[in-house]
Amino acid sequence: MELLKDKILSSYVAFENDININSDVHDIRTEALENFEKLGFPTKKLEAWKYTSLNSILKEDYSIFPNKCTAVELADVKKYFIHDIDTYKVVFIDGKYSPFLSETTHDTIDVCLMSAAFAKPKYKPVIEKYFNKVANQDNLTSLNTAFAKEGAYIHIPRNVEVEKPIQIINFSTCADITTMVQPRNLIVVEENAHVQIIERHQSLTSNAVLSNVVTEIFVDKSATVDVYKIQNDDINASLVDNTYINQKSNSVASVHTFSFGGNITRNNLNFYQNGEHIDSILKGVTIIEGKQHVDHHTLVDHIEPNCESHQDYKGIYDERSTGVFNGKVIVNKEAQKTNAYQQNNNVLVSDKATINAKPQLEIFADDVKCSHGCTIGQLDDDALFYMQQRGIPQKEGKGLLMFAFANTVLESVKIPEVKSRITKLIAEKLNVNIGFDL
Amino acid sequence: MLKINNLHASIEEKSILKGLNLEVKAGEVHAIMGPNGAGKSTMANVIAGKEEYEVTDGVIELNGEDISELAPEERAHNGVFLSFQYPVEIPGVSVTNFIKTAINETRKAKGLEDMPAKDMLKMIREKSELLEIDRKFLSRSLNEGFSGGEKKRNEIFQMAMLEPKLAILDETDSGLDIDALRIVANGVNKLKSKDNAVVVITHYQRLLDYIVPDFVHVLHDGKIVKTGDASLALELEAKGYDWIKKELV
Ligand SMILES: Nc1ncnc2c1ncn2[C@@H]1O[C@H](COP(=O)(O)OP(=O)(O)O)[C@@H](O)[C@H]1O
Ligand SMILES: [Mg+2]
Repeated sequence: MELLKDKILSSYVAFENDININSDVHDIRTEALENFEKLGFPTKKLEAWKYTSLNSILKEDYSIFPNKCTAVELADVKKYFIHDIDTYKVVFIDGKYSPFLSETTHDTIDVCLMSAAFAKPKYKPVIEKYFNKVANQDNLTSLNTAFAKEGAYIHIPRNVEVEKPIQIINFSTCADITTMVQPRNLIVVEENAHVQIIERHQSLTSNAVLSNVVTEIFVDKSATVDVYKIQNDDINASLVDNTYINQKSNSVASVHTFSFGGNITRNNLNFYQNGEHIDSILKGVTIIEGKQHVDHHTLVDHIEPNCESHQDYKGIYDERSTGVFNGKVIVNKEAQKTNAYQQNNNVLVSDKATINAKPQLEIFADDVKCSHGCTIGQLDDDALFYMQQRGIPQKEGKGLLMFAFANTVLESVKIPEVKSRITKLIAEKLNVNIGFDL
Repeated sequence: MLKINNLHASIEEKSILKGLNLEVKAGEVHAIMGPNGAGKSTMANVIAGKEEYEVTDGVIELNGEDISELAPEERAHNGVFLSFQYPVEIPGVSVTNFIKTAINETRKAKGLEDMPAKDMLKMIREKSELLEIDRKFLSRSLNEGFSGGEKKRNEIFQMAMLEPKLAILDETDSGLDIDALRIVANGVNKLKSKDNAVVVITHYQRLLDYIVPDFVHVLHDGKIVKTGDASLALELEAKGYDWIKKELV
């Protein structure tokens, strides 16, 4: 851990050779580096990391600036895209932009690269206004900010409804070295605009990969943003996803996180409601096995009155897998008439699997509706008997019940192709032969 | 078809069935009546193989074969169908997908291929028409938010799809208004043949106006205490159960 930290700090000079260091952005970076130097990597001593230890993955001697290791053929990676519909694509291979796999645009909207947005004067006002303005200063966010250089830059001007979803995909390919990448995304959605984002991190190698991602999303008045995170990575790939969403009045933002793969996955999902009549939607399905670990840390900060938040996370844990759900809801003094709903349901398939579930409600207003429910259970025996009575064998019945349990979260997925893809992934994960149409 | 001899069953050490005898032949309709708590649902669940109940004595034969050791799904594959008194809600699985899975798992157990999608659709259409079930209803999550009547109608729809040899209807009439009762009874009658049998558990005569039983049994305190023909049901309707209890003493 210390070794990796030292390596990261001492590589900074080399990093600076590659970028424009006479800029406001770079001042932000260097400040973040100092912050990371001070804080170091998170340890279990921190309350927020009590149940998630990164020790096992921080022992790796990661290459910090990998070059594109292996050429990627479209045919080999097509399956990782939602390919049955027309989409914009911003694709990175080992942290570097892949023009070949991407489909960007500057037509009305900007779907392009952070490196371009940092470099070109025409993007300067947007970068100045938004870059690192909602992200917080914790250990790993600071680390990402210090090395912020590449990622997806998406800017949707007011009143534009973007028809095509935008896919942000990061591939890792290095077969000889282990790699650490720091993708940095900025998504600015102006008043009354609407956009859908699909995000995926996919390793194509069995070597260790650590992705520490920061995504900042600004949702202006009456805008709508839907984000779908597909986490079905190789078993040797780990992910820390730091997503910060700043919402203004009458906006709707939803994030669906589907966590099926990977080694250690930590989702830090933060919503800040800066306005009234805001709706924030956080949904998740986690299905893991083996020694996989998935940690959902959510925060909804209700700052102003008359807003809503809806959280619904479901998890199915088999073998020795471990899960964490820490859902923090803050209702500030001014945030009267808040309606905050949080639900976290878990099924432990094996008695060796564990889940640590912790709702954290901090309510300072008096006229609010806050509900939270958390269940940890086995499958419903009566439902199982009902299925068996109709001729469905116990094993298939269990699969179908788990499938059904998880599947209800998908009702709010608005892109049919994403919904059917996730449904298939869930069926695959649960070994359910869904002999029916979806 | 079904032969139950001296059946004793208990749950959590509590003895519920205490020497129950029942024989049902192919082509017959039997009604089981009796006061609440008599053990009617327990009998149905034990025949279907619910594991919570412990069979402490007796045999259950289906077509000459002891089925006591079979798993619930194996009994189902052998043609046992139970229309539940309280059908379970299964959010996330539609009625259509559930019944397709049930049919294809049953076929698989018999070494058959999946039913071709075209045939499945045709059958679903026919049977849902028979039970006057709306198309939209079929895509809803199984039993979730269904009214009592909808749940029962859905049970009989599944029965129609699965074409069981032995159907046990546990209070299928409760929660049904008179129109729904007629539709359900009509569905059951259409499925009746000389090769299958129906056991109707009910409190009321009114279902038996439509599904006319060959035999009526009174189940009391875990045993069949009286057997008669269809007229016994009318007598029970008029006089209640107390006179039978008195007869027993
Ligand atoms: N799962 C159970 N756990 C405990 N007691 C039960 C259970 N199921 C049934 N019983 C008891 O067994 C008796 C018979 O119940 P049941 O078979 O449901 O009667 P009926 O269907 O004739 O009304 C009742 O006293 C009931 O309380
Ligand atoms: Mg009963």
